[in-house]
Amino acid sequence: MSDTPLLDQLETGPWPSFIADLKRMAAKKPQIKDLLGQLERSYEEKITHWKHGGIVGVLGYGSGIIGRYSDLPDDFPGLEHFHTMRINQPSGWFYTTAALRMLCDIWDQYGSGVMNMHGSTGDIIFLGTTTDNLEPCFQALARNGFDIGGSGSAMRSPSCCCGLSRCEWSCYDTMEACYDITQEFQFELHRPGFPYKFKFKFSGCPNDCVAAVARADCSVIGVWKDDIRIDQAAVKAYAGGELKPKGGGAHVDKLDIQKDVVDLCPTQCMSWDGSTLKINNRECNHCMHCINLMPQALRPGTDKGATILLGSHAPILEGAQMSWVIVPFMRMEKPFDELKELGANIMEWWTENGKNRERVGELILRLGMREFCLAVGLDPVPQSIKTPRCNPFFFWHPEDFEAEAEGKTYIKL
Amino acid sequence: MAEDRITDIGPPHYEQFLPPVIKANYGKWKYHEIPRPGVLKHVSESGDELYTVRCGAGRLLTTDYVREVCDIADKFCDGHVRWTSRNNIEFLTPKKENVEPLIAAIKAQGWPVGGTGHAVTSIVHTQGWIHCHTPAIDASGIVKSVMDDLFEYFGEHRLPAQVRISLACCLNMCGAVHCSDIAILGIHRTPPKIFHDKLRHVCEIPTTIAACPTGAIRPHPDKSIKSVVVNEERCMYCGNCYTMCPAMPLFDPDKGGVALLIGGKVSNAKHPPMFSRLGVPYLPNNPPRWPEVCQAIRKILLAYVNGANKWERLGEWITRIGWSRFFEICDIPFTFQHIDDYKWAYDTYNTSMHFKF
Repeated sequence: MSDTPLLDQLETGPWPSFIADLKRMAAKKPQIKDLLGQLERSYEEKITHWKHGGIVGVLGYGSGIIGRYSDLPDDFPGLEHFHTMRINQPSGWFYTTAALRMLCDIWDQYGSGVMNMHGSTGDIIFLGTTTDNLEPCFQALARNGFDIGGSGSAMRSPSCCCGLSRCEWSCYDTMEACYDITQEFQFELHRPGFPYKFKFKFSGCPNDCVAAVARADCSVIGVWKDDIRIDQAAVKAYAGGELKPKGGGAHVDKLDIQKDVVDLCPTQCMSWDGSTLKINNRECNHCMHCINLMPQALRPGTDKGATILLGSHAPILEGAQMSWVIVPFMRMEKPFDELKELGANIMEWWTENGKNRERVGELILRLGMREFCLAVGLDPVPQSIKTPRCNPFFFWHPEDFEAEAEGKTYIKL
Repeated sequence: MAEDRITDIGPPHYEQFLPPVIKANYGKWKYHEIPRPGVLKHVSESGDELYTVRCGAGRLLTTDYVREVCDIADKFCDGHVRWTSRNNIEFLTPKKENVEPLIAAIKAQGWPVGGTGHAVTSIVHTQGWIHCHTPAIDASGIVKSVMDDLFEYFGEHRLPAQVRISLACCLNMCGAVHCSDIAILGIHRTPPKIFHDKLRHVCEIPTTIAACPTGAIRPHPDKSIKSVVVNEERCMYCGNCYTMCPAMPLFDPDKGGVALLIGGKVSNAKHPPMFSRLGVPYLPNNPPRWPEVCQAIRKILLAYVNGANKWERLGEWITRIGWSRFFEICDIPFTFQHIDDYKWAYDTYNTSMHFKF
């Protein structure tokens, strides 16, 4: 009779089985046998058997290690200490096998051999080691060029899409921006000093493959300002069915340019006369639909940068938020000074004003966009709203009247 | 010794991990094709080609598994491989002739090839019972069960658009599933139990009280107990107090379960990004295979496949037909739980005559 009759039922079926994988490891590492045993217990009892985390870490850092202890240490002694280590991933999640094998060797030596590729925020996650292994594991990683990621009320490990490395749509170098910003904020990443977590995510275009708009306090999403580049011959090839929609990734073989592209354009800024596709680019809102459908005919323009959006977080506590536009266009070139300065200003204002466990997006809602914009040096821009307010409850400040007396439209202009 | 310690080096620079064909064509990619499900072909301005074979995986792996990934990447990809934002593994090679043998090697390993274009791709998920202290449900087991059930949609482009499924095992949503076509969410449905003897020793009472978004926690009227009480009618089981105070667990093996939130997306194509909305308020937490969850998801997916126009994401389809029609088509009973009564509830009420019978 198997020790894990419930888990065994997850060994069948076409999708890769994590149970089969863990069982191989259990033959080599007794703590994984315990891990399966405790998981089987959870499957029987429908309840977790991990205790609330404790404070553990490596010297000098307050971040990147999550204490984890079993509440059944007598039954599963290998899980008495089973801490998580977050390892900051390389931009774009590219690896050589030499680097991966090195990571595996270190984790086999110092931990359970169980990992996540990757955690929700983007880090490589090492699941399960003891307190006394944390520091030596960290230093073994550091000697091989890897560092620990963020956790707690700190900057979390930024992440990005693959950007220019393998995508024709990326409007800036997401991987370099992610790397550079991560290096810039190393102190904030390793030493929690914020009201709560702060995440950066970098997507190269409005398709937003890393879900920056939903999952990052600061969402940096690539955009272009000029005209979509058109290859009219390729448009005709799509119309004729020689080229497949979405490069072959769709469930239909042939595009109807009028119905599938022009009619579905959210701004109605396109027209098609059977031989030429025209785009009124000034009215385009860069939604990417036409480009997604015809990757060989259409490409983003060449005057490129990013939109900066701020404020997203999961539902805890006031309800989920998506980030909203605070800077419609920012040039994104190394060394990304403008973004670094804005980021530092935002973090400073938030750290000074935020309550414990209040995300920056919640703080802005509490104190208002005016106070936020003035504090970090941003002007009011219409791209930041869907509609203006519909209530008459707006504030006037003495400086508004002073500006008015000076003939200015608002306090700066 | 401490002086020899290395700290604050940050992640390694990505460039050392890039395949030569990517280094040579960085920023020069011209277009891509998906010649078959699971295979991407990128073509550069220079004419260089890069083939990517996408392989589905859960995010929970052992070093044995990763070494097997390495073996394949060494054999066919000169040692280059990457992961996607949705836990897929991507094998990269400039050699067209390597694509078929690469696919064969992946399949021989028992791993699926797909997840491109109009497919259900790998489920983004959280830890669940394998490693987390707050989950209402497991994560990897439900993901495995749902992907087994929807496997036919992973390796083919049969859907009206891409379908992104994600799972978070409690309301904390460390998986941030709130903008997914289908979000599987573990929910608690009972207030925390308070262990007063423990609380006085391990919790800070002011931060515990402040942690409650509905103001349901207040100091225990008997000051000698040095604990708190919960106004249970106000509690919506978010678990935020438990995050601050380990003496307030809110687990109930019988009443905890799964909610499905649907119709979200992050891309800006056509419609702006959308939140996922409550579709199914409760399904039982039924390991090891969660049949009720699998069936509910399949039913919603099939209704979408049958009803959606070309290119419509699940949320765009529902927006077009209206939620009342959606509930009718999917045979989902409409309940009080579907009507928002939290902070921004008013935004969700219908103030028009635009509805259907």
